[in-house]
Amino acid sequence: MSNAAATEPAAPLLQLSGIDTYYGEIHILQSVDLHVKHGELVCLLGGNASGKSTTLKTILGIVSPHLGAVVYDGNDVTRTSTSERIRRGMAIVPENRRLFGPMTVLENLEMGAYLRPRGDFEEDLDRVYSIFPLLAERRGQLAGTLSGGEQQMVAMGRALMARPKLLLMDEPSMGLAPILVERSFEIIQEVHQAGVAMLVVEQNANVSLSIADRGYVLSTGRIVLEGKASELVQHDELRKAYLGR
Amino acid sequence: MDRDRTDLPPENVEPGRPRVGVDEWVAQVDQRRDRPTGIAGVARRIGEVVTPPIRLAIVVVLAALVPLWLGEGDLFNYGIFVLLYILLGLGLNVVVGFAGLLDLGYVAFFGFGAYFYALLSSEHYGIHWPAIVSIPLVVLATSLLGLVLGIPSRRLLGDYLAIVTLFFGQAFVVFVNASNPKVAGKGLTGGPNGVADIDPVSFFGYEFTTRTQQYALLLAAGVVVLVGLHFLSESRTGRALRALREDPLAAEAMSIPVNRLKLLAFGIGAGIAGFTGCMFATLLTAVTPGNFDVPILITVYAVVILGGFGSLSGVILGAVVITVSFQFLAPENPQNNARVLFYTIILLAIVLAVRSWWRLLLVLAGTVGLGIAVHAIVAAFAPTWTSGQAVEAGRFGDLISDWVIIPQGHPDFGNVAYVALVVALLVLTQMRPTYRLLAIPAVAYLAAVVWETSFVEQPAVARWILFGALLVVLMNVRPQGLLGTPRVEIA
Ligand SMILES: Nc1ncnc2c1ncn2[C@@H]1O[C@H](COP(=O)(O)OP(=O)(O)OP(=O)(O)O)[C@@H](O)[C@H]1O
Ligand SMILES: [Mg+2]
Repeated sequence: MSNAAATEPAAPLLQLSGIDTYYGEIHILQSVDLHVKHGELVCLLGGNASGKSTTLKTILGIVSPHLGAVVYDGNDVTRTSTSERIRRGMAIVPENRRLFGPMTVLENLEMGAYLRPRGDFEEDLDRVYSIFPLLAERRGQLAGTLSGGEQQMVAMGRALMARPKLLLMDEPSMGLAPILVERSFEIIQEVHQAGVAMLVVEQNANVSLSIADRGYVLSTGRIVLEGKASELVQHDELRKAYLGR
Repeated sequence: MDRDRTDLPPENVEPGRPRVGVDEWVAQVDQRRDRPTGIAGVARRIGEVVTPPIRLAIVVVLAALVPLWLGEGDLFNYGIFVLLYILLGLGLNVVVGFAGLLDLGYVAFFGFGAYFYALLSSEHYGIHWPAIVSIPLVVLATSLLGLVLGIPSRRLLGDYLAIVTLFFGQAFVVFVNASNPKVAGKGLTGGPNGVADIDPVSFFGYEFTTRTQQYALLLAAGVVVLVGLHFLSESRTGRALRALREDPLAAEAMSIPVNRLKLLAFGIGAGIAGFTGCMFATLLTAVTPGNFDVPILITVYAVVILGGFGSLSGVILGAVVITVSFQFLAPENPQNNARVLFYTIILLAIVLAVRSWWRLLLVLAGTVGLGIAVHAIVAAFAPTWTSGQAVEAGRFGDLISDWVIIPQGHPDFGNVAYVALVVALLVLTQMRPTYRLLAIPAVAYLAAVVWETSFVEQPAVARWILFGALLVVLMNVRPQGLLGTPRVEIA
């Protein structure tokens, strides 16, 4: 808990230090250090099975690390339950969206706002509808019957309903047409500009680095590269691995 | 993405042609909405007009009229049992339907409520607490028991929870039946004999003695529970329960209090079962272990599955169909009942399989015509094959004997026909829809032949086969249950 970050004037919103996460016997994350400052947009890159989703799960408390600490908003939350972390302002757009298929768009959004005071519901809803006008149109449709792109909007809208301070996103561009990838990154930027700190897991290094403040690259459970997004784009190894150039 | 985009000048647009840059799908979503025709369409439109309060009013009025045309005995066998199963089904529906927790120990709550009430208000220990005290107490105790049994559901899911709860259900039966511990000088639960001489239900001196009064009491209770659950399912908590059923992990990630909701569902379900137990005990004035064994569990599940998991109206429909068909086929009832039900099932199966009016008429006419033709041809060439008489067919006897081929002196025919029917049904399910339409009359006729030559001889077997066939037909046509909503899989 007491590390360098705590003594800095502006302590980061989220700080992982020395995280080791196992699934049973399998060692996945190996001494991962990572932080997200207030209002910052950070992207986490890495190949398949490099442990990106596992990192998000560790942050959210769905799996707990063997070693290391997760500090959020000045408090050690390593042993705190998932729902408590969400109550304190984390939200996630999970991998594969995981919408509640037989429920309507509106009901899905409502579930995202489960912890919000009921009085604020309409206001939160209007805010999400103004970002995703399509959702207002489709509010009565069953989420499972939406197209992949539309589902992605619901998943993001659902996470935003909780008015998170820290939004975790697992591959928001997965399965989207190029134009929708662009659109969803525009939306990510909009949300970011509204002051929400974000940690975005992506395979799409080019686009995500173009909007991010900083980035990390994960490889077989270790952070192998980190730095300003503008610098990472120039990095030779990264370009070779992800940009194919 | 939005329908108001005007970046294309309107004169460029040919009417009816898709426009570039405008998401026609969204703009046309109303025009493109599927408008089902035929039977399904009529049902849909009726469903749109009949809102839940109207539906409830209709059901209550119909239910209130039932005592007018059923005698006391039938009112007990049909009316009261339907209501008991509705109550049980509603409780189970909260656990399995709303929250998706596979609870196979459910009947134990029903039994616990019944026995507990029996101990508080009967000759067994000479305690005669008034119902107004014992019923709330029992409901509370059963809910608490439900909460306790719900605790493993926090960690166990699916099959594992099912096994644990099934064990609990069986443990309950063994406890009341075999262990029957001695308390205050006598067996607590009365062993195999159970507890008898339970007080009739009375509130503030008003005794519910006639079946009509008891029916009215149960009906009122059913309405209260139904309305309560309706509001639960329409509430945010109800939607959270559904979210939990669909994807517990995602629900957890939305910070829905998953564990608390599971316990809530168990508690509510158990409470309703406990209440039903009280009613059951006081109406039958005796309880025995056999009342709370696996067959009841299966029946309650059948009620909920048939009606459609999660659907309240479905529970009512399921309870009516299952209880009525059960009683209708009871051995003490006339043999012809089974025949009437059999032909109704065939008709129902055809109606549900053929979804347009004119095709339905064709298929029905085809079935009748096929029968007449087959009968005429067989009668002309091999008279002994049609000279049999329909068994106990009453006033339909001649009609059936002139339509169905019932051979005389060919004892194996029924069995051969039965095997042929099973094969035909299997083939039917694999056929393409157009061919299936052509094959339905033949299979329906074959089914009639099997019934008249083979099943009528074995009423006890036929009852179960019929009951099973009814469920299979209904569930095949609507896998989601009669009034359930179809599952939507996330792509
Ligand atoms: N519950 C689990 N039990 C065992 N192993 C797991 C579990 N979840 C993930 N793993 C393993 O952990 C490793 C990292 O998985 P993770 O989901 O974090 O990868 P990822 O970086 O998100 O990959 P992708 O880009 O393909 O989503 C993988 O090898 C995976 O097989
Ligand atoms: Mg992943």
